[in-house]
Amino acid sequence: MEYMPSLYTAALRMTRNPSDAEDLVQETYLKAYRAFGTFREGTNIKAWLYRILTNTYINSYRAKKRRPEETDIDDVENLYLYRRLGGLEGAASGRSAEDEVLDHFTETDVKEAIEALPEQFRMAVLLGDVEGFSYKEIAEILDVPIGTVMSRLHRGRRALQKRLYDFGRQRGLVSEVSDREGTAHG
Amino acid sequence: MDSHCTEVAELLYSYMDGELTEERRVLIATHLDACPPCLDAFDFEAELRVVISERCRERVPDHLRQRVADALAQLQTQT
Repeated sequence: MEYMPSLYTAALRMTRNPSDAEDLVQETYLKAYRAFGTFREGTNIKAWLYRILTNTYINSYRAKKRRPEETDIDDVENLYLYRRLGGLEGAASGRSAEDEVLDHFTETDVKEAIEALPEQFRMAVLLGDVEGFSYKEIAEILDVPIGTVMSRLHRGRRALQKRLYDFGRQRGLVSEVSDREGTAHG
Repeated sequence: MDSHCTEVAELLYSYMDGELTEERRVLIATHLDACPPCLDAFDFEAELRVVISERCRERVPDHLRQRVADALAQLQTQT
């Protein structure tokens, strides 16, 4: 059960509910046990477990959810967060001021930002950035083409940055980008 | 900011993911070595990725481990 922390983390971000996440993890292990005969030596067992987890989620738990799932997001530009932090005064410590802003994002911020992503983007970010699967592995887990994985992952990341930026603004960690627009710097 | 900087911003995620062709990978790596602003952006994106990955981990509740172990044991006795 060495993968349980990873599977439980993913299950909780998918279902957004501890009780459903626990059921999902248990069901995944039971299905994996029953299907072990179909597991081929040389296949990545972690990816195989994730495939069972995501299929189970899609087939069972998604049907239960109350709100309709958004399927699209407003895309934002590359380096969204970095560019909005770019006007910060350099810190004395040697680390960049932009990097120091990251210290202020709490676990709750990060979890909320991920859970706010529409499902298909959330799954891609979870598998890619939290679990470190390759595009090819994600494509196999989600049963979609590699180009689709790349598009969802990149757009999901940008949307996540926008959400974190909004948190930062609410908390006064970063100022409105318009505050510094037109200010020459560099 | 030159045309390479724009290209780097567009390809940065694929570069970080190790999903570029060798030719493009070398192009980006060479540019990052020579362009401090792009390198700074790269460092930020890399650090952000670590923050996201580390700050959304969950501890498995003890009762869940027990529950799964019990369910698997029960399945074993049935087969």
